[in-house]
Amino acid sequence: MPIELLMPALSPTMTEGKLSRWLKAEGDRVKPGDMIAEIETDKATMELEAIDEGRIGKILVPAGTENVPVNTPIAVLLADGENLDAKMPAPRAAAPAMALPTAPAPTVAAPAPRAMVPAEPEAEGATTRITVREALRDAMAEEMRRDPKVFLMGEEVAEYQGAYKVSQGLLQEFGAKRVIDTPITEHAIAGVGVGAAFYGLRPIVEFMTFNFSMQAIDQIINSAAKTLYMSGGQLGCPIVFRGPNGAASRVAAQHSQDYSSWYAHIPGLKVVAPWSGADAKGLLKSAIRDPDPVVFLENEILYGQSFDVPVSADHLVPIGEAIVRRAGSHVTLTAFSRGVGMALEAAGALAKDGIEAEVVDLRTLRPLDTATIVASVKKTNRLVSIEEGWPFAGIGSELAAVMMEQAFDWLDAPVLRVHGADVPLPYAANLEKLALPTVEKIVAAAKSVCYRT
Amino acid sequence: MAAASKRKPTAPEAGTADVLTFFRQMLLIRRFEEKAGQLYGMGLIGGFCHLYIGQEAVVVGMEAAMRASDTVITGYRDHGHMLVKGMDPKGVMAELTGRRGGYSKGKGGSMHMFSREKNFFGGHGIVGAQVSLGTGLAFAHKYLDNGNVCAAYLGDGAVNQGQVSESFNMAALWKLPVVYVIENNKYGMGTSIDRASARTELHLRGQSYGIPGQSVDGMDVVAVKAAGDKAVAHARSGKGPYILEMMTYRYRGHSMSDPGKYRSKEEVARMRQEHDPIDRLRERLVADGLADEDALKAIDREVRDLVSAATEFAQASPEPDPAELYTDVLVRA
Repeated sequence: MPIELLMPALSPTMTEGKLSRWLKAEGDRVKPGDMIAEIETDKATMELEAIDEGRIGKILVPAGTENVPVNTPIAVLLADGENLDAKMPAPRAAAPAMALPTAPAPTVAAPAPRAMVPAEPEAEGATTRITVREALRDAMAEEMRRDPKVFLMGEEVAEYQGAYKVSQGLLQEFGAKRVIDTPITEHAIAGVGVGAAFYGLRPIVEFMTFNFSMQAIDQIINSAAKTLYMSGGQLGCPIVFRGPNGAASRVAAQHSQDYSSWYAHIPGLKVVAPWSGADAKGLLKSAIRDPDPVVFLENEILYGQSFDVPVSADHLVPIGEAIVRRAGSHVTLTAFSRGVGMALEAAGALAKDGIEAEVVDLRTLRPLDTATIVASVKKTNRLVSIEEGWPFAGIGSELAAVMMEQAFDWLDAPVLRVHGADVPLPYAANLEKLALPTVEKIVAAAKSVCYRT
Repeated sequence: MAAASKRKPTAPEAGTADVLTFFRQMLLIRRFEEKAGQLYGMGLIGGFCHLYIGQEAVVVGMEAAMRASDTVITGYRDHGHMLVKGMDPKGVMAELTGRRGGYSKGKGGSMHMFSREKNFFGGHGIVGAQVSLGTGLAFAHKYLDNGNVCAAYLGDGAVNQGQVSESFNMAALWKLPVVYVIENNKYGMGTSIDRASARTELHLRGQSYGIPGQSVDGMDVVAVKAAGDKAVAHARSGKGPYILEMMTYRYRGHSMSDPGKYRSKEEVARMRQEHDPIDRLRERLVADGLADEDALKAIDREVRDLVSAATEFAQASPEPDPAELYTDVLVRA
């Protein structure tokens, strides 16, 4: 019976990919282990390997096709004696005939549709539509051109071109002296970066994900954050720690943690968590130029999302300023990083029910722009905070306290928090969805503080 | 106690001026630390205070092997390192008393002092952290191609920290100009080295990474200088890191609050009597006719005056202004 070859999911967050090249032609014989095609995922170009024996009967998706959804039939493999006239298996019944990494095709947590992403209100001058991943890369490249003391170090940042392709092309432009592959040794990488920053260099330390920064957190807090104070102002630490933070998709508890409140707790650090492409670029550039240590929290799911991003190498977004993404008068929704997209979607849904939500993108978590949040709450009299992290002593807890201190008389409802469930993040698709903030949860919380059901 | 022998130094001769400088510097550390211990007892110094008494030959010999532009970083037993790096005893003592005239304006204390001007990068309270940080200083030296070397000091307790091995690996991999100076005083706080380390020959710790290492009589300042010369030259020439294991001994407790029950009084007394680095050098200076008793007494007087002036300054300097509580958190708030 002919076997359908399906577009495989080759990374946890991949929902579609490019079929770059066929390595076999129609009529060619394949054995298990033969390379059949090259697939470009959201992270890398990978080869698709045959697991069955047979002959390529028909190629259904031509080479060069972009945005091929996962699980799309891309070719038909025939056994000896079979031909294309034989009854084709029903597409739904077909198990994925291959997919080298056995990751199941993601059926949940697809990235927000691009059409949902509004234009950048703050983008001025010429812009270009690029992904957050490219915006981050451009920010680093521009700052490395500007200042020879800026360098990037981390695991797989150079020859591999970045575990998430964020540093793509940097090694080629700046060479191995400034784009440095390190061993898997987070604690000492952080220490080496901090030591180099003490001497006046401007390191960018990439954590493959912030989950691994827990190995290095002593150097980030005890050395990077505290030394300026402990030296009476002598020894600054101009360093950026960056990488993806929070849940990606189906990578379970140890690879899905949100460190926002952890780092935001620490005096001596600046903590940034952008959502849009323009902010990703403008804030990373500001972080690299900043004289203080900056924890720069990215998001893997945002990497592939496209935004209009200023082309200018002078595009800087100041650290410490929130921005109102959508104006409204009934309830304030605060969010950062990926949560902003959800908040905007929720605001759209709420508007259909006559609730005008104001969406404040926090952008920087420390120093927190409390003035913008308080001003918004004084207008709407209600606050719903959105974050992926755990509730205890979270960003939302801090916002609730700030409202008590600075906006108590303006509140018409208790501050509500939409947050990650207070459990290690589960692997199962349904449980993971239950554990994380969703548009529905935000809508429900917003209606609740508006006393609507 | 094999390595700290009483034999006369056999290492290459240092010049007369050098040897007198060694004597003066070691004596300055000794007198400074004795005074710090006294002030601690009087309640003028608080918190943790780790004295360097007994180990003076290590930093004095190493400093003689390095340039002023070279960088130094160490853990929390750091007073001696600062004094030989040329930091003002007044500023160091005033930091111990937590006054505004201290190197960190009173905000760092004994374990956290720095002088960017003198290329002293601390003063770090987390065991082993300074090893990665020092490796980063060496990274900067190489990146900037400035010809400098970093001396990163650590104790026999710190060698078992994971980031120390991580740093050794990267320093060797990238041939960074760093000398790791292990001050093996035989006890990590109250745990003797043979109860903490599967192999106690700490100069061999770099073998897995191809880092050369040498055990040195750390109670003999001339031997330390000779070993330092070799190690620093190795690092400066681009050959990568070097490990020096200084066999030394601290006479006082781990910190001021350490009752020292883990070793006998006899052991400490024997080390003081037979291996004291200052007494050994004094005997040698006299025996070799390099200085007479009057000259040594004059040095002693000069050092005591320096320490007295530092002590007076450290008590007269006011406490930090309350407004300092919120300064120096960020460069750009």
